[in-house]
Amino acid sequence: MLDKNGIAKRIAQEVKDGYYVNLGIGIPTLVANFVREDIDVEFQSENGVLGMGPFPFEGEEDADIINAGKQTITTLPGASFFDSALSFGMIRGKHVDLTILGAMEVSQNGDIANWKIPGKMVKGMGGAMDLVASAEQIIVAMMHTNRAGESKLLKQCSLPLTGVGCVKKIVTNLAVLEITPDGFLLLERAPGISVEKIKEATEGTLIMDGEVPEMKIA
Amino acid sequence: MIRKTVANVNEALEGVQDGMTLMLGGFGLCGIPENAIAQLVALGVKDITCISNNAGVDDFGLGLLLHKHQIKKMISSYVGENDEFERQMLSGELEVELTPQGTLAEKCRAAQGGFPAFFTPAGYGTEVAEGKETREFNGKMYVLEEAYKADFAFVKAWKGDEAGNLIFKGTARNFNPAMCGAATITVAEVEELLPAGSLDPNQVHIPGIFVQRIFQGENYEKRIEQRTVRQRN
Repeated sequence: MLDKNGIAKRIAQEVKDGYYVNLGIGIPTLVANFVREDIDVEFQSENGVLGMGPFPFEGEEDADIINAGKQTITTLPGASFFDSALSFGMIRGKHVDLTILGAMEVSQNGDIANWKIPGKMVKGMGGAMDLVASAEQIIVAMMHTNRAGESKLLKQCSLPLTGVGCVKKIVTNLAVLEITPDGFLLLERAPGISVEKIKEATEGTLIMDGEVPEMKIA
Repeated sequence: MIRKTVANVNEALEGVQDGMTLMLGGFGLCGIPENAIAQLVALGVKDITCISNNAGVDDFGLGLLLHKHQIKKMISSYVGENDEFERQMLSGELEVELTPQGTLAEKCRAAQGGFPAFFTPAGYGTEVAEGKETREFNGKMYVLEEAYKADFAFVKAWKGDEAGNLIFKGTARNFNPAMCGAATITVAEVEELLPAGSLDPNQVHIPGIFVQRIFQGENYEKRIEQRTVRQRN
């Protein structure tokens, strides 16, 4: 079973040379730590920065330079700042190549829910609805089951939706899966995890195309 | 040169009344109009509708207005990190309209630029689209969203001049530019107010035509919500 860093490491393999990438809050943020150093990638944060760098050294924080998680950040050579309307123009206009975000639930037709639990938690969708409605490539990073042990990969989402039919790929602590018209296609297993175990943890239809290989994580 | 300067925050907020709709720039606590918010608290205006991406934290930003029950309705994209907000929302004291972040920015920009409405794919098939017109373009579904109407827009910039021209810094830019000129009266507060001619016209982010009043703010706290650092090796 993978931990959060393991999930981030596996997703980092999906980041290709020349990509502009938007990272959501949580596990997605960790992906930046594992992207190969020999490729050129720029990270976008929807509050208005492209070319995000690492966190600042202590004493060098600037209250005017933060990411969408409101954390202090730095910028790399070639970076730019812009306003929120232009930022979402980048996203809506499909100029951002890859969006990686977390989810509470994903359905087998690619619906995603991640912004509201009626009666319990209402923090808001932030930029997630804009991101999922527009991005060509969306990868969901999440645990396969919730804290109660229930599957987060469902036939149908039970929570209010963030977007419909938009998720293409999911990387969990147990597996890499792709959304297909026939259900969740199991592409890879986490190290030491059996197909049976993944089946048990998946409420939606799980399909396979021959032997399912184990993930390769350096 | 058409002069936009006012003497202080009192003059800047002249005319703000109970029941008005106000736009406030900022993302989290970054780039918020701290002086205008303090003055709204001092004026004690009530029943206001705030259009702002976030609602501050418990003891800073718009949280200060929430604490005094001055806000009737909040229009935002993300409202976490604020216990008092959550309490007022769940008890029904506060009306909340959650809007996708890009849609919120564009509803400001539409008001600024004279568009009554626009189509966006954000929120299609979700509760955000309920009751709204939808339409297909090139095989994809879109939701019709209308421009905001507001009485005042309060924005914060880094530098400004007497003509109301503005330059923003870093990610403190965020929603501020799109809110300029999106309300009947736009009030800009700046860290540094300069004589006309001091700013290079090539570097101006927002031309003064979008700003009715400008003043130099004081005592910026610029609180950091999530101070995150890395260790030196």
